[in-house]
Amino acid sequence: MATIDETKAAEGSDETPKYKVIGTRPIRHDGADKVTGRALYGADIKVKGMIYGAILRSPHAHANIKSIDTSKAKALPGVRAVITSADLPEPGDKIAELGEGSVVLNHLSSNNLARTKVLYKGHSIAAVAADNIHIAQEAANLIEVEYEILPPVLDVLKAMSDEAPVLNPDVRTEEAATGEKGDKHTNIAKHFLFEKGDIEKGFADAKYVVEREFNTSTVHQGYIEPHVATALWNNDGQITVWTSTQGTFSVRQQVAELLDVPLARVKVVPAEIGGGFGGKISVYLAPVAATLSRIAGAPVQVVMDRTDVLQATGPTPGSHIKIKMGVDADGHITAADAWLAYEAGAYPGSPIGAGAMCVFSCYDVPNGRVEGFDVCVNKPRTNAYRAPGATNAAFATETVVEELCEKLGMAPVDFRLLNASKEGTRRVDGVTYPRIGLVETLEAIKESDHFKSPLEGQHRGRGIASGFWFNAGLKSAVTATVNSDGSVSLLEGSTDIGGSRTAIAMQFAETLGIAAEDIKPAVVDTDSVGYTDVTGGSRVTYATGWAAYEAGKDLQRQIVARAADLWEVDPDQVSYEDGYVLGPDKKVSFKEIAVELSAVGEPLVGRGVSNHNEPGGAFGTHVVDVEVDPDTGKVDILRYTAAQDCGTAIHPAYVEGQIQGGAVQGIGWGLNEEYWYDEDGSMRNANFLDYRIPTCYDLPMIDTIIVEVPNPGHPFGVRGVGEVPIVPPPAALAAAIYDAVGVRMDELPMSPPRVLHELLKKQKES
Amino acid sequence: MPRLFIPPLLRSYCGGKEEMIVEGTTVLEAVQSLDNEYPGVMERLCPEGKLRAGTSVTVDQNVTPRGLSQKVSSESEIHFLPAIGGG
Repeated sequence: MATIDETKAAEGSDETPKYKVIGTRPIRHDGADKVTGRALYGADIKVKGMIYGAILRSPHAHANIKSIDTSKAKALPGVRAVITSADLPEPGDKIAELGEGSVVLNHLSSNNLARTKVLYKGHSIAAVAADNIHIAQEAANLIEVEYEILPPVLDVLKAMSDEAPVLNPDVRTEEAATGEKGDKHTNIAKHFLFEKGDIEKGFADAKYVVEREFNTSTVHQGYIEPHVATALWNNDGQITVWTSTQGTFSVRQQVAELLDVPLARVKVVPAEIGGGFGGKISVYLAPVAATLSRIAGAPVQVVMDRTDVLQATGPTPGSHIKIKMGVDADGHITAADAWLAYEAGAYPGSPIGAGAMCVFSCYDVPNGRVEGFDVCVNKPRTNAYRAPGATNAAFATETVVEELCEKLGMAPVDFRLLNASKEGTRRVDGVTYPRIGLVETLEAIKESDHFKSPLEGQHRGRGIASGFWFNAGLKSAVTATVNSDGSVSLLEGSTDIGGSRTAIAMQFAETLGIAAEDIKPAVVDTDSVGYTDVTGGSRVTYATGWAAYEAGKDLQRQIVARAADLWEVDPDQVSYEDGYVLGPDKKVSFKEIAVELSAVGEPLVGRGVSNHNEPGGAFGTHVVDVEVDPDTGKVDILRYTAAQDCGTAIHPAYVEGQIQGGAVQGIGWGLNEEYWYDEDGSMRNANFLDYRIPTCYDLPMIDTIIVEVPNPGHPFGVRGVGEVPIVPPPAALAAAIYDAVGVRMDELPMSPPRVLHELLKKQKES
Repeated sequence: MPRLFIPPLLRSYCGGKEEMIVEGTTVLEAVQSLDNEYPGVMERLCPEGKLRAGTSVTVDQNVTPRGLSQKVSSESEIHFLPAIGGG
């Protein structure tokens, strides 16, 4: 791991930030429980009297539901409840804001239990609760559904045509900026447009212009823990949900909205979470389990199996993208034009807005145009997946950039340095960047041992690519209780994915000048901590970390006041510095004062909240070496290095882990992962044998270079880390494949059959 | 006075202008100022006085959680962009 602090260097200072805790690698607070198997994940939750749920899912990709007969299921001994959408309130067209975005409640409700139509294979139709899972599954199979089967539409371009079957009768094309809707039924839910400068003039000024089209496949987040929810709808009207989620407060709101109960009646208890990556924000099971519980009078647990997860939870969209870029003779970009159509899946809401904002985000584009479409198809409703929308877009743009570099005879890294976005660059969507670190990641890669090492051998190639993702701020809260021994119990609302509770505890510890090991961080339920937005958007280390900083400052103020009172001196004569309380003739450590104060007065409890909006944004640049088997088209990765601007690395090991994890997911997306549908709309690889995520046998060590350009909008300079590393890999791999065997890939994944097809085509042409 | 950048799809209602210097100390006042010049813009951008679902306000490089009530300075830039979520 290398660390670069460009900000300090730019300021002409060789002094690096000196932190006691930040930048160290303490053992994670949840480590012992997790490595010993004692940590409680969603399916480990057991509630007294609990029964089990099963869900009947659609065998068709597109069909009207003509009737549902649940009588045989209800008659089966051991069955305690059977529900359909008729048992859920009708939410109408109300839109709910869920912190990270909005959703039409009717769509969300229909995705939990289909109302009049099924829109993808695996769409849930009815649910059963029974004394054991076997009875529940048997009863679910006894439910009789009469369908009117409709033709499915699985391709984004076909779905946009006037002849395509329309999925949702309430969808008209909405112009994003004006809200105006078209007057015809369509699958195109939303239209975006960004423009900057004079694009015609920009292309007229270009010496070289490259225009290409790209396709990317539907891919899943592939978290190892499947979805699970346990719910108790108590006799007093209180609903408690235990679940594996990225956002307890978001689940609370979704459950309250979908069941039409007051927010205060719902409590969500987070379990440990076996991965989410954006896929565990929407609810699929909790409202169903709660409704079953209400009827059965017992807590109900519903667990998905892997097929359910792949077929019926939100993957990230397949897409069709057209990119046109022009450069002058010196290599400066003169114009760029993008057209992006993203599959929303069954209901509107693909990450097309983000994709459109990211497509040229790495470059200073003087004249640009970006048009985007959100398009419904008969696949599960898409959801966020690590930098949602950005990977598709980067694959297209970066591949065109590579071709421009070839025409210019310019090294790709130098082209990127020449045209890189930097502070003050105005994006095509209009916003200018604050202090960012793209250039620094390019320079880090250029200076890396990997980049400088020769690559030898037949059919071997090297490629680089860059990527960007926004960081979110949003709301967070923490509570810090000082114990009588000087340890601190830190309660937070951010469910912990990737070691965030330790990264937050470290920022709290840094603020007070105490050891991370003296903090006991706990992720608690929605009744026990202030509102906190989801663990997503690369926001937790930034925002909840800031809340922890504020809680530390709050405790400092209290300690100073209480110490002054204890020592009978003026508060102005007391200060808090680096873990010590300083009085006129005293210097007492945090632990000592904690013991003293707890003996003589009220408990010390600090609070911290944040709702800041300067999270910055983050960039990464990756380099990869590959070897391509010309006989099979199989791509083997020989070496991989990822550089990323992380602002300030709070816990470098977790930062490295995030970069490595994101890169691995991007590699999977680039080389193997895709939803395979037959013409009836049935996913044919809904298991982890056939949906091929990379394993340790497929990968070398992912080397990381942590670049630190501190975010001026955070007390410790934090930027979000988790999402950026998934953005560059497919594009970097495509560049490496071209370097190795001379074929430009324009479709993801670049699996052996696709690479071989291009190799054979090239052979035929030559 | 703040600069309000007009989304491309709204420019046909604003005489084709890409941006306007507007009056106001909040985003809402800035939009009202634009609406004074081009009536109907307010209803399209902020129906019923609320930010349209799925839209966010960016003031001086940052998406503001305060939406229309966000204060702006005479040097501010205001943009209306798609609301995005992360993974």
